[in-house]
Amino acid sequence: MPLLTMSSITKSFPGVRALDGVDLDVEEGEVHCLLGQNGAGKSTLIKVLSGAHQPDEGEITWRGDPVRLPTPVSAMRLGIATIYQELDLVEHVSVAENVFLGHEVATRGLIRAREARSRTAELLARLGHPEIDPGTLVGSLSAAGAQIVSMARALSHDVRLIIMDEPSAALDPDEVDNLFRIVASLTAEGVAVVYISHRLEEIRRIGDRVSVLKDGSVVARDLPARTTPTDELVARMTGRDVRSAFPAKPGAPSRSEPVLRAEGLARDGEFAPLDLQLRPGEIVGLAGLVGSGRSEILETLYGARRPTAGRVLVDGRPLRPGSIPAAVRAGIGLAPEERKSQALLMLESVTRNVSVSSLSRFARAGWLDRGRERAAAHRHTRDLALHPDSPERAVSTFSGGNQQKAVLARWLLHGCRVLLLDEPTRGVDVGARAELYAVIRRLADEGVCVLLVSSELPEVLGLADRVLVLKEGRVVHTAPAHELDEHRVLDLVMEGAPA
Amino acid sequence: MNADAPTTVASTPTPPQAKKEHTGSRRMPFDVRQLSLVGVLLALVVVGALTKPDEFLAGENLRLILTQASVIGVVTVGVTFVIIGGGIDLSVGAIVALASVWATTVATQDFGLTGMLLCSLLVGLGCGLVNGLLIAYGPMVPFIATLAMLASARGLALQISDGNTQVVQVDAVLDLGIKDSYVLGIPPIVLVFALVCVVGWLVLNRTTFGRRTVAVGGNAEASRLAGIAVKRQRLLLYLLSGLCCGIAAFMLIILTGSGQNTNGNLYELDAIAAAIIGGTLLSGGRGTILGSVLGVLVFTTITNLFALNNLQTDIQQIAKGAIIVAAVLVQKGRSTS
Repeated sequence: MPLLTMSSITKSFPGVRALDGVDLDVEEGEVHCLLGQNGAGKSTLIKVLSGAHQPDEGEITWRGDPVRLPTPVSAMRLGIATIYQELDLVEHVSVAENVFLGHEVATRGLIRAREARSRTAELLARLGHPEIDPGTLVGSLSAAGAQIVSMARALSHDVRLIIMDEPSAALDPDEVDNLFRIVASLTAEGVAVVYISHRLEEIRRIGDRVSVLKDGSVVARDLPARTTPTDELVARMTGRDVRSAFPAKPGAPSRSEPVLRAEGLARDGEFAPLDLQLRPGEIVGLAGLVGSGRSEILETLYGARRPTAGRVLVDGRPLRPGSIPAAVRAGIGLAPEERKSQALLMLESVTRNVSVSSLSRFARAGWLDRGRERAAAHRHTRDLALHPDSPERAVSTFSGGNQQKAVLARWLLHGCRVLLLDEPTRGVDVGARAELYAVIRRLADEGVCVLLVSSELPEVLGLADRVLVLKEGRVVHTAPAHELDEHRVLDLVMEGAPA
Repeated sequence: MNADAPTTVASTPTPPQAKKEHTGSRRMPFDVRQLSLVGVLLALVVVGALTKPDEFLAGENLRLILTQASVIGVVTVGVTFVIIGGGIDLSVGAIVALASVWATTVATQDFGLTGMLLCSLLVGLGCGLVNGLLIAYGPMVPFIATLAMLASARGLALQISDGNTQVVQVDAVLDLGIKDSYVLGIPPIVLVFALVCVVGWLVLNRTTFGRRTVAVGGNAEASRLAGIAVKRQRLLLYLLSGLCCGIAAFMLIILTGSGQNTNGNLYELDAIAAAIIGGTLLSGGRGTILGSVLGVLVFTTITNLFALNNLQTDIQQIAKGAIIVAAVLVQKGRSTS
């Protein structure tokens, strides 16, 4: 008897049928992977399963009995816990308080703090992280630490099924290994895991069965996770043919004069003095772990952080340190790591998100020529194949890949010559990634210098011409991408052995 | 590890997924919130016409409503900008008091109408400058900085006036308040209010300044990383609010023929309330001048109706509170549908 069966689940929102007769069954002790592009209905399905959404039709049975899950609490009572993509922790309170949030260890309303702390410590030890102090504030933990806390919270209930929504998105390779150890020990105890990830290689490593969602329906089920070919999985998700994701690279390295130069650029405690040259037509990748100083380097080049030493030059002229407007005027553009909080004005249309950095170009004495603004923005969104092609709609209604296109269009409209990309494909589904890769390569071919940061090594190696390997804020190796492979880079970031 | 992963699909344009209809994402010149406010305003007029048919609709009374709406209306336009830009200004009432007192001291009155007007505007701008510097370049959050300005500006107003009503002796100023100066039957104060509204609307919707205000209020970090000078924008917003207070103070001087340290009492609450019921998001990033003006008119009309019907101010206050709650509930209902 399966632990959980969902049959013919249907859920509509105004104008969208998010789930259309979905069937899913989960066995005890298995890792059931859920694949699908953004918008395929994965999030809606797990929200139904966790009690956050009510299905319009369909039935859920739990250990053979039909159940209703009117609230998240009722799902929790059955033993269903969800770890969301965007962790739902309270930053200003301690680890222990977060773990027992909503079901505090208390007698008649009085918290038994010591017991909560010791039980939290037990849970953290079970998760392989005894070093996390139950008394520290969650806000001071790393992304990986916060995720462990989230998991401890799930385990603080008598949990039988854990839903993990892209748990590895913010993790380093060694932290991912730890996550997989935890998943393995949970399933050994008979706990079932519903695992959602865009990274197919992870599904190979820990998955048992795969179900594929597309446009609100299950298009494939009971696929063996370890042996189903990648091509087949992707074809099921997209309904299209497959070929290599990465566009061809130019044969010879760029020999033009560098547009951007960093000379001895450094920030105390973040990264050591760095010399860097970016030439037109070149894509340079920064490989390294989370916390190796990748994003800090990008933000310092962009003027969002003030360097403690060194300088940045564009066309041989030094930029005013720590000034974003100066960097933007010189033709540098940044697509930051957190698209929603750092790049986009979520209430505004795509057009206004695209034009925001170039407003003065469309204005005379502060007076906007909105027709010209719109025409110019539309030219670039159409050029990048924004889908759907309705840039007057709010940017929040677009998928992750198309939101990223809006950010790229912003800098193309500005006429940028140096593009700094921080995790450009985070939260972008597999079909749209190839499209973004093609766009980035085309921009480089048109003479833009690109500096790329990504946690996914295949992306750095596949897209970049030249790769800088970072370890703890220091460049430990520089090489053309074709001379490197994933193992070599991983050795370098772990061991830091100079080549 | 699989070296060629993630392999993926041909780069043909994404085929259309399930067609999604998104309501409410299009900009409409006149959205639902404002329509419902117009409805409330019309209902109030009907009530007025039914309860006091002779007095309410009389030209004199309508002029009175508009005149009363003008002073707080100008302040509200400034506050609306500040709130859309992600801030708050609690000091507007105190700034109005200080500007009205400073512009009516015996020494200032010696400089005549122009001197008094300039003084009023400069005091407003000066207070706005202090607010803006503390908030944009100092370490203070808007709530605290403008709360401090509220206290000290009112204190300074009391000190300058010594608690006295400073009567205006300059005829050119007093003349602006009497019937002879009306243009087509409309008092100059109301015309200034109309002008401030039109300019405010144009600035918000048709200029880079307005666009940047919305951007900074909607997401300050994204605006900074997009290259907008966020600090300068914040400073300018508090200057704008201060300027509006200076204008409103001079309107009050014309209206009352005097300057008092008790002027502008609780204007900050009325202005914020009017902006909120007009649909401005208190968290910033969204709002309209038209909505705020409608909010002011609704409040002023209620006050007028209660006065005409000899009802106490306590009931009036309760009604205002109820309207704020109702307006926000209506907005929530619309935005989540």
